[in-house]
Amino acid sequence: MPATEADCMAATPAGPTTILCLTVNNHPGVMLQICGLFARRAFNLEGILCTAIGRGDTSRIWLTVDATDKLDQIVKQLAKLEDVLAIEERPNAREQVEAMAMMLARIG
Amino acid sequence: MPKLNGAQIIISQLERQGIRLVTGIPGGANLPLYEALARSTTIRHVLARHEQGAGFIAQGMARSTGRPAVCFATSGPGATNILTALADAYLDSIPLVCITGQVARSLLGTDAFQEVDTYGMSMPITKHNYLVRSAADLLTILPKAFHLAGSGRPGPVLIDVPKDVQTEMVEFAAWPEHCPTTDHRPSDPKSIAQAALMINEASRPILYLGGGVIHANAAAEARQLAEQAAIPTVMTLMGLGILPNDHPLSLGMLGMHACRATNLAMEECDLLIAAGVRFDDRATGLISAFCPQAKVIHLDIDASEIGKLRPADAGITGDARHAFAGLLPLVQPRQRQQWIDRIHRLQEDFPRFLPQSFAPGKPFQLIRRVAELAGSEAVISTDVGKHQMWVAQSYPFTAPRQLLTSGGLGTMGFGLPAAIGASLAFPDRPVVCFSGDGSLQMNIQELATAVEQRTPIKIVVLNNQSLGLVRQQQRLFYQHHGFASSYSIKVDFAAIARGFGMRAVDLSGATDPDLLLREAMAEPGPCLINAPIDIEEEVTPMVPPGAANTTMIGDDYASN
Repeated sequence: MPATEADCMAATPAGPTTILCLTVNNHPGVMLQICGLFARRAFNLEGILCTAIGRGDTSRIWLTVDATDKLDQIVKQLAKLEDVLAIEERPNAREQVEAMAMMLARIG
Repeated sequence: MPKLNGAQIIISQLERQGIRLVTGIPGGANLPLYEALARSTTIRHVLARHEQGAGFIAQGMARSTGRPAVCFATSGPGATNILTALADAYLDSIPLVCITGQVARSLLGTDAFQEVDTYGMSMPITKHNYLVRSAADLLTILPKAFHLAGSGRPGPVLIDVPKDVQTEMVEFAAWPEHCPTTDHRPSDPKSIAQAALMINEASRPILYLGGGVIHANAAAEARQLAEQAAIPTVMTLMGLGILPNDHPLSLGMLGMHACRATNLAMEECDLLIAAGVRFDDRATGLISAFCPQAKVIHLDIDASEIGKLRPADAGITGDARHAFAGLLPLVQPRQRQQWIDRIHRLQEDFPRFLPQSFAPGKPFQLIRRVAELAGSEAVISTDVGKHQMWVAQSYPFTAPRQLLTSGGLGTMGFGLPAAIGASLAFPDRPVVCFSGDGSLQMNIQELATAVEQRTPIKIVVLNNQSLGLVRQQQRLFYQHHGFASSYSIKVDFAAIARGFGMRAVDLSGATDPDLLLREAMAEPGPCLINAPIDIEEEVTPMVPPGAANTTMIGDDYASN
């Protein structure tokens, strides 16, 4: 079945979301740690963008997460991970993160 | 400049950390590590019979001393076998450093012989874990691992070391500095002051203490707070021993198998001072109905525990000992006669023990008699099941770290190896393992380790020839369907113990069981005591899983 235009659009999350910005150690297990935490604690993760920064020993991760009552737990549990160096809630970055998501969805 | 291979770096770092005993099992992928260990003059190795046994021996050392303990396993099955002990340590916040062998770096990811993704599998059940990619990294990873295991909220740390990293030579300028193992960030003085005000204004407070108070070595401060402000105190399974069993303010364990008066008192409290606890469902029952009238002060070193399950009116993030020390000068001395009288009334109406509980052959009678013979210095380990709850209900604990028990994970097979670990850590103290016939069979091979290491542990098997607590739940909640929960063959545990070279006695059919028990407890070496228990003996009262703690069934006062 050929992809329709809708298939190539970034999906809209079901509920209200917010943006978290993490600075993490850059090694092959870090994404697994972050995603594993969301999976095993039943937190919703709507989107994830990741790139190495600086000299390559750290990465920046942008997470689009559920903004409901579990947000406090999500932030506290992420902060406990040894490889998470900094964590900020950045709702004002929504526009850029959404634009990036749109672009990713369109890459053919 | 030191020039060592990865394995030698690991062993030297363990020596520098003050580790004197390591337990584990060698295999293909950790042989270089064992080669380096064999050359150590200060570290003794205890060979377990199964990697899970090694993990629980290390836990027995860590739980009884409060310091990180070390265990080794090889790759593949060695690693998967030890995972249960790591998960157990994670849920009870026990400091372990587990070092596993892994296939060589060139074979990683090729489904090589005895290769599993130890790093991936251990991630959700460790505080932190490493897959070491170069021997030079070991210089920083080892001190960091000990720091992580022992600091903050303690927990297990796993270091997975490929075989060729163990043999890789490194030349380095100097050993790295130790990380300190305790880190104390002071609690927020405003939240301490707010909590003190709430305590001073409360008329029916209850202190709710758990394993975190023991990890923080804060039992003395907790007791001072209870006594200064006359606050009745409940303990979780992990907190037993913080207040001596016979302390007038102690209400014993709360929750699923608490005595009736304890859960009823909690229903009436107007302030819950929770310290080093995580509102586990076995303690709280249906959480929305737990202490419904109470405001909550929650003190924990792990910020994510505060408000996780029950919102806190005052949250204090910090070390329990320092937080109690901050609270004490602000808390007014009180008598609280009305509340204490009310508690006494509940205890008179629903006494903790009935005279018939101590009839010969009854679990409480046996446990209390063993306690008398073992003395107050004894370290007690348990397995998981009915015997564990009977011990929690009736053993006269007098000190923190006296009870070693698998609380969060509830691992059958914990008791025997944990007792061996405690005995290795405290060779001059009596160590008793209360087990069941179901639990003992889950790590029974460690009887060989106990004999080989000459650990003078006493293993008391409360033998009801069944998975008793499972059978009890089937009786109560599954229309008496006792399916797959009793054993149709009668195992001769005394004969099995003798087969391992251990002394053993069997109280069943003995003309003078008490004499036999006295003789067995006085044995200079390890000894197994088989004690038959009626299969119908139940753990009462019981809060059905998912029900409120006020719904207690099964005892003489229950309406069922």
